[in-house]
Amino acid sequence: MPKVTIDGHTIEVPEGTTILNAARMIGGEIVPPAMCYYSKLKTSGGYCRTCIVEVSKGSEKDPRPMPKPVASCRTTVMDGMEVKNLTSPALLEARAGVVEFLLINHPLDCPICDQAGECHLQDLGYEHGKAKTRYEFPRRTFEKIDIGNYIKLHMTRCILCYRCVKVAEQLTDGRVHGVINRGEVSEISTYIQNAIKNDFSGNMIDVCPVGALTDKTFRFKSRVWFTKPVDAHRDCKKCSGKVRLWEKGEEVLRVTARKDTYGEVVDWICNDCRFEKKKIGDWIIEGPAKIDRHSVISANHYESLNQLKLAVARQRNKGGKKPALGEGALNPNNI
Amino acid sequence: MGKKLLLEHDHVPGINSYSVYREKGGYASVEKALKTMTPESLVEEVKKSGLRGRGGAGFPTGLKWSFLAKPPGVERYLVCNADESEPGTFKDRYLMERIPHLLVEGMITSSFALGAKSSYIYIRGEYFYVAKILEKAIEEAYANGWLGKNILGTDFSHDCYVQIGAGAYICGEETALLESLEGKRGNPRIKPPFPAVAGLWGCPTVVNNVETIAAVVPIVNQGGEAYAQIGIGKSTGTKLISASGHINKPGVYELELGLPVEEFIYSEAYCGGIRGGRKLKAVVAGGSSVPILPAELILKTAKGEPRLMSYESLGDGGFITGTMLGSGGFIVMDDTTSIVKNLYTFSRFYHHESCGQCSPCREGTGWMEKILHKILDGHGTLADVDLLWDIQSKIEGKTICPLGEAAAWPVAAAIRHFRSEFEDYVKNPGNIQDVKHYYRLNNLQPA
Ligand SMILES: Cc1cc2nc3c(=O)[nH]c(=O)nc-3n(C[C@H](O)[C@H](O)[C@H](O)COP(=O)(O)O)c2cc1C
Ligand code: SF4
Ligand code: FES
Repeated sequence: MPKVTIDGHTIEVPEGTTILNAARMIGGEIVPPAMCYYSKLKTSGGYCRTCIVEVSKGSEKDPRPMPKPVASCRTTVMDGMEVKNLTSPALLEARAGVVEFLLINHPLDCPICDQAGECHLQDLGYEHGKAKTRYEFPRRTFEKIDIGNYIKLHMTRCILCYRCVKVAEQLTDGRVHGVINRGEVSEISTYIQNAIKNDFSGNMIDVCPVGALTDKTFRFKSRVWFTKPVDAHRDCKKCSGKVRLWEKGEEVLRVTARKDTYGEVVDWICNDCRFEKKKIGDWIIEGPAKIDRHSVISANHYESLNQLKLAVARQRNKGGKKPALGEGALNPNNI
Repeated sequence: MGKKLLLEHDHVPGINSYSVYREKGGYASVEKALKTMTPESLVEEVKKSGLRGRGGAGFPTGLKWSFLAKPPGVERYLVCNADESEPGTFKDRYLMERIPHLLVEGMITSSFALGAKSSYIYIRGEYFYVAKILEKAIEEAYANGWLGKNILGTDFSHDCYVQIGAGAYICGEETALLESLEGKRGNPRIKPPFPAVAGLWGCPTVVNNVETIAAVVPIVNQGGEAYAQIGIGKSTGTKLISASGHINKPGVYELELGLPVEEFIYSEAYCGGIRGGRKLKAVVAGGSSVPILPAELILKTAKGEPRLMSYESLGDGGFITGTMLGSGGFIVMDDTTSIVKNLYTFSRFYHHESCGQCSPCREGTGWMEKILHKILDGHGTLADVDLLWDIQSKIEGKTICPLGEAAAWPVAAAIRHFRSEFEDYVKNPGNIQDVKHYYRLNNLQPA
């Protein structure tokens, strides 16, 4: 089995493993961010370029470094390969460049976006981006469109990760969903604004890293961080029936698939479970969901929110001014 | 005039027809290959010839052919890249239009070497009339037994098809070309796998430029070693150059590799000097994506040696003081040219042609165009010039296909060699409000 060293951590992995997956096996901070790769979708990855890493040694056989950074999600490990991610300042600068490219035409409308709080682009911008944009031109915009009864497409926010296209290709039949036009004006679209009618189409919402595809049954109901994630299941003939409910009080505001550390769906769920079963009685509750992905909704979010509230209270008592949002443990983008 | 291998009979009336082409020795390479050679020995000849890809990258053709996977029972394909969309490049069109049978002959001979039962000529949509010329030539080749079943009574059978693209620069990138040829959106594929292993319809495929395939004909006729005698060093053979810009005699020239650049620009046999006897300012030597060089660096290398038309000599000095032979799109600019405007035109092109799959190219190309527009409009700042530099450095090497580099290199080179001109635009916005600004700025008379 080939051995690879990433930022000083060595691991042996099965033949054919990508650098990204090897990094995920090591785990922790050294895992490159991935905005388009999705382990459950074949041929995904390679587009966004956020997962780039530096290969400082190609392999035992051919130790030459690779001349350019490579997409870790699409590059397989060779025996003796050495990879630099966080340990290469040049690479981090290159990645910051990619993040900037992804953001220059993004509307940054987080305050009115349903995805805020669980948006991978927010996390990416916060962790790998720069504080200020250098882009001064009008940003590109598109009209919002409905693709069927359940899904809203807000192309302006899209980063063209192609994940939803792969869902349409691989999970649904009679695909009518893809990319039209070219370059900067490419857009995700359905054939002549066709409705997507398919039992599994809702999974597009879950794979979308940003707020471009949102659940029409949940739109504007609540900020995600005011809802409580609970794992639940039901007997479903179409899918595993294993879901995550997002509750507020006694109400189920939204149903999604369960996601892993990297924000990827564990089991695809059907549209019945996702859109039609919004009563607590429809479900057998397993307990609070453990969200170990770093984001505002992860467990310690409530903790940090409380700390912020306490800090505000303390300042008020002293007659001082409110602390700036960024001073708490919170990512200001997430608010 | 130097040696001509491809355009030798260019001036012969009726050379576009089968009968005249045949009279001039056409299809001899097919006869020789099928009757006296094996596919392996043919690949060997091409290796010996030192022929390098004429599509831009200059990869050794024989080596590329030897990489072709040959799993039993799986079809193999030869695809000819006739997408020719790099600004400044028009030699493939010239060749196909004037001597279409040379390409058809090259397709048959090369396919024999590769063991391909079918081959495709993928031609850009704007060349629809050239496609008709090729189709007629193919028809004539069928009628005379050079295509179809059991060619010349051997067990080699071959079919050749022409496929018209919809006119997209990106479909010249070999994997985007294959996608388009398969009837899909012309997006470059993520490599590996390379076409030599999984190309057209997942089968092993060789993609070669029109000129590369045409050059196989003289290589087979004369033998690889004889071909390797022509040219200089590792730049063997002849090369078609599309010469354009401010020269007295723009056009397509076949030259022996190794010709001094100065001779190419100034001699009567080639470009015939700069129009109106003006001063040479800069040259883009190999199509819009290769680095622009100022007059002093295109005529002589940084070491002071005369610059030659060859892969090595044009590349001498790397990108700091050198450039590339590329596709041979030789764009000459005299002293009335605005480098900033020229760069804007190039950048607008790459922005328009980006397929949009990967973030740095999709977003960065548009951003660079906008900044250049701002500078041209008289609103630029010195910080914008630095920003441009930074953006191109963040596109280069971070993309799926080399279009990212093609967009980044011209920006880098223009700033590297002509920074003061960008600064002029920024510092004297009052001068650039009308099209004649540049002449005034340099005390020149419009041409
Ligand atoms: C954006 C882009 C456009 C290209 N356009 C062309 C083209 O129009 N014609 C061509 O022969 N090669 C073009 N190429 C190069 C091809 O990908 C490929 O390298 C070439 O066809 C190989 O043929 P050769 O080895 O005979 O040069 C292009 C490459 C890129 C990245
Ligand atoms: S570099 Fe540009 S053209 Fe090439 S794949 Fe990326 S977006 Fe498409
Ligand atoms: S995650 Fe690898 S390129 Fe997008």
